[in-house]
Amino acid sequence: MNPAYSVILFTTASGAGYGLLALLGLVGINHGQSSSIAFGVTATVLALALITVGLLSSTFHLGHPERAWRALSQWRSSWLSREGVAAVLTYPVALLFGLIWSGIIERPEWIAVLGIACIVMSAVTVFCTGKIYASLKTIPQWHNDLTVPVYLVFALATGSAVLMAVATLFGRFQAFQVIFTAAALIIVAILKSLYWRSIDNAIPRFTMGDATGLKGNVRQWEVPHTNVNFIQKEMGYVVARRHAEKLRNMVMVTLAIAVLASLLAWLVTPWLSFGVAVAALVAAAFERWLFFAEATHVVNLYYGLDKA
Amino acid sequence: MTSLPASTAKKLGLVIDLDICVGCQACATSCKEWNTQGVSAPLSDDKPRSAEPMGTWLNRIHGYEVKEQGQSESRIVHFPRSCLHCETPACVTVCPTGASYKRAEDGIVLVNPETCIGCKLCSWACPYGAREYDYPTGVMKKCTLCVDRIYNENFEPEDRLPACVKACPTGARSFGDLGDPSSDVSQLVAARGGYDLLPDMGYKPTNKYLPPRARRDQQTFAEALPKSDGSALEKLFAWADKLMTSAKASARANETDLSDRLEG
Repeated sequence: MNPAYSVILFTTASGAGYGLLALLGLVGINHGQSSSIAFGVTATVLALALITVGLLSSTFHLGHPERAWRALSQWRSSWLSREGVAAVLTYPVALLFGLIWSGIIERPEWIAVLGIACIVMSAVTVFCTGKIYASLKTIPQWHNDLTVPVYLVFALATGSAVLMAVATLFGRFQAFQVIFTAAALIIVAILKSLYWRSIDNAIPRFTMGDATGLKGNVRQWEVPHTNVNFIQKEMGYVVARRHAEKLRNMVMVTLAIAVLASLLAWLVTPWLSFGVAVAALVAAAFERWLFFAEATHVVNLYYGLDKA
Repeated sequence: MTSLPASTAKKLGLVIDLDICVGCQACATSCKEWNTQGVSAPLSDDKPRSAEPMGTWLNRIHGYEVKEQGQSESRIVHFPRSCLHCETPACVTVCPTGASYKRAEDGIVLVNPETCIGCKLCSWACPYGAREYDYPTGVMKKCTLCVDRIYNENFEPEDRLPACVKACPTGARSFGDLGDPSSDVSQLVAARGGYDLLPDMGYKPTNKYLPPRARRDQQTFAEALPKSDGSALEKLFAWADKLMTSAKASARANETDLSDRLEG
């Protein structure tokens, strides 16, 4: 699949945003308004900004961005629509949460409920994002049990890394944040290696013979057109195996750097949290790019691919 | 509404006979011609006269070389590929806007170009590559089964057919109700063992493909040449043939001699 940069930016930024929002919800439940108001407001605004940047960038790849509101209508059948609805519903929840934390709305007793609502809505939205990909039977590498967990844990890990950085800015860095971030990053690395092993060992389900229904040895003889068409441009993109190997290593190395930097932030200076956040986001972006580039659509069987 | 109808009154679709399709592209070009001015208008082209022409087409004709088991010679199969108007199409259910829909009355899968946001997710969900994104207009295009022809009362009844079916010079494409077991198309499918593409995907295509017929015999080309029956008449012709061949050969030899002399 052709890696769409707008979608990579969207899932990376909004993933971190939702992870951050969910963790702020957790902080809200724990501490209520005893936490710093400036910290809470800044972090909530940052979470919403990341989510908004992501959502806006995702509309860039639409043919008709002005019609995007229509995508909220088909939540009964479409995971993309469900994601849109969940994303829109998260806004008032997060805003109310921020207003209560800041004290603008003086209802401190509501903060725990809204904290839980922030966690639930963030998780639901990222779950829907993962499901958009995981539900596509046409792309075996996406139609995988690990697709949704990787999206969820990556959101948590990047959100946690960003939270560490914001906490440092307000002098609220805590060792507990390091443990949480490092653990989430390590879980990402484990899930991602399991995912890669799973797609590498998967036995292709379909052949060119299955796609055409022709019996015997089937070989492509003539393509229907002289230049590439939309199908080949969008679905025909395949990354070279050696290149993919290099990028997989890069994801793992940046994840390792993020874990190492988080430990050093604890031991040396909390300001290294910013390095953790950058490394985690870079790892997420690389991983998303590969997620597309390593995905082989079944339609390629009609265009000369032997198995998919 | 992108939820699918529980059932459709009819299952309109195509039956494509791979045995007689000659790969002439008439169906593809007539499809393009009709649909770039019909309900799907426009089927845009991008730099059509450049070295890298691109454009939106709803019907693509592939060619495959097939070598059946136990055969020493392979054969070419021309393979038209377009929307199969599946009974349970994922392209419809993934649509976030409701622009993609399956009609309850006849099972035709359509896109409303007024509400499509151009997210392309439907094209990702289709294993058959039936949907092509039209870059200049920013919406998804697909086969409409010529919904603006088949019910068109301004047409003579014999013209109320999809453009591709009407154009096919060999009769390799048939149109009809595959939900009615007594229809011509259903009987053709039953008689010829018509099949679904990628049935394990589970989308239940309506369109059916008829497999190429088995080769008539196992002969090679040399074996297929006519054999002598040893009659007197055949012997006479064989003698005449030999005589003329040797006469021709000596004439050719003389020509060569002459040219040699001229050059000398």
